[in-house]
Amino acid sequence: MNQTVAEKIISAHAGRAVTAGEIAVVDVDGVMATDATAPLAIQAFEKMNGRQLWDPERVSLVIDHATPAPNERISNLHKLMRDFSQRMGGHFYDVGEGICHQLMVENGHVKPGDIFVGADSHTPTYGALNAFAIGVGSTDLAAVLLTGKIWLKVPETIRIELRGEFPKGVTAKDLILFLVGQLSISGATYKAVEYTGPALQNLSLASRMTIANMSAEMGAKSGLVDPTGLTLPYDFSPTFPDDGARYSRHIQFDVSSLQPQVAVPHSPDKVRPIGEVVGRSIDQAFIGSCTNARLEDLHMAARILKGKSIHPNVRLIVAPASKRVFDEALGDGTAAILSEAGATFITSGCGPCVGTHQGIPGDGEVVISSTNRNFQGRMGNRNASIYLGSPAVVAASALRGEITDPVELLVDLEIAWELL
Amino acid sequence: MSIAFGIAHVYGDNVDTDRIIPGKYTKTLDLSDLAQHVLEDLDPEFSSRVRPGDILVAGDNFGAGSSREQAPLAIKAAGVSAVVANYFARIFYRNAINIGLPVVEVGRHEIQTGHEVEVDLNKGLVIDHTTDRVYPATQMPQVMVQILQAGGLVNYLREHGDYV
Repeated sequence: MNQTVAEKIISAHAGRAVTAGEIAVVDVDGVMATDATAPLAIQAFEKMNGRQLWDPERVSLVIDHATPAPNERISNLHKLMRDFSQRMGGHFYDVGEGICHQLMVENGHVKPGDIFVGADSHTPTYGALNAFAIGVGSTDLAAVLLTGKIWLKVPETIRIELRGEFPKGVTAKDLILFLVGQLSISGATYKAVEYTGPALQNLSLASRMTIANMSAEMGAKSGLVDPTGLTLPYDFSPTFPDDGARYSRHIQFDVSSLQPQVAVPHSPDKVRPIGEVVGRSIDQAFIGSCTNARLEDLHMAARILKGKSIHPNVRLIVAPASKRVFDEALGDGTAAILSEAGATFITSGCGPCVGTHQGIPGDGEVVISSTNRNFQGRMGNRNASIYLGSPAVVAASALRGEITDPVELLVDLEIAWELL
Repeated sequence: MSIAFGIAHVYGDNVDTDRIIPGKYTKTLDLSDLAQHVLEDLDPEFSSRVRPGDILVAGDNFGAGSSREQAPLAIKAAGVSAVVANYFARIFYRNAINIGLPVVEVGRHEIQTGHEVEVDLNKGLVIDHTTDRVYPATQMPQVMVQILQAGGLVNYLREHGDYV
């Protein structure tokens, strides 16, 4: 049988060979829930008469969606999670340690070839590691805590083949925004996506995570990045699809001609080349989220903002992907460059992206953000407009006070360096 | 399984979970809080207009976006007895069944707000009594039927202890 990556990984966990369309009950390698989903999961687990976790070593709880707690209601939900974790065991990541998806990868809780179930829709991020990772809700998660299993419909797969080289200043974020725009917000509903081709081979793990992450914005169940060129701090055996595997759709694209991309209000699939939106005045710029807040993202912003000051009418908010990322940015001078340019650093977490707290825009305000969703009300105010772009686009826009193509700034920077 | 009968509230395509229940309201275990803000950013009057038993009807990809189970919980807590759509986003679809909110996929439909609609889960039919049109529902996987019959995944696992 010629199988896709999803079919191979699911077969290995179902104890039999499966193909798209079949229902399979599979063993799960790891689970994770956040303060947005764990309280309901804990409640459901207890109602299922759960007395102990099926395997505490494979369970992680993360406080990242409203961290530190903005009010007593949320701090009591955090307390519920801490109490549960102390009684039941498992890994627990408290205030400030980082965004769940970053922590799962940084701390090796998910590995290539795994089936990982996360109570967060951006769990497909771990497809960057060649893991079949799916987002679920709280009750499905509780059932895994109890049984170590989940039922799945084996998905069909869309294969996206990417050639060429990224132009300077054009990043993995621009590519995935472009693809979300092409496929639409429902283009991969119930399906897996395989990303492959020479354009991806030199990408960092961080960039691969950005691509896999926004598979969620196509409605995908999982997004799997070809592991060719992937380096990890441990040995692993990569999973490749068989020749002749069946795909529901093939897409080919050459990234060489890609421009920076921006999603305009109010949907992540309303994507435009940046040329169509440059000059739009902005009030707030945000670099953060599980999509784009890793060290390479902060480096990109620092290249653009070094020795400069952001526009006086703009506030630039930065929430690093994890404490480790923040510490690295402190250690190599990146944090100082951004702070001196006018950036405000906030706790590592999801708050501004999901509209919980820290950076809620005012009525009529415009935000440029390195995050993944710009639905109406997403950042906490239905009367604000959110544009999504790469960290380079966000930094360049913060500098000028309007949506700005970072490519021209980066070209100017290179000329300046050559003159020195 | 049950039969739902109520007045339809019809919305369009791609109603995302941020518009079903904004993220700022999800951090609670109090379902009445959720019901109060359901669909607030899409239709601010919905929570005051909806009556127990009413049926929510939508187009493509209802429930796109976040994994928040608070989305179907908010709809259920508001008194909605079933959701009918062309098709659902996958996490929302699972979540709804898991909490015992009937969700039915019908492909295309011409149901309009105010129509009297019946959802017959046994026969797998959605009936628009205002126009007398009948829409066959897409067949659900057997495991989902069992979970829905049990009233949700909590009850299913209390009964069986594992997936059977």
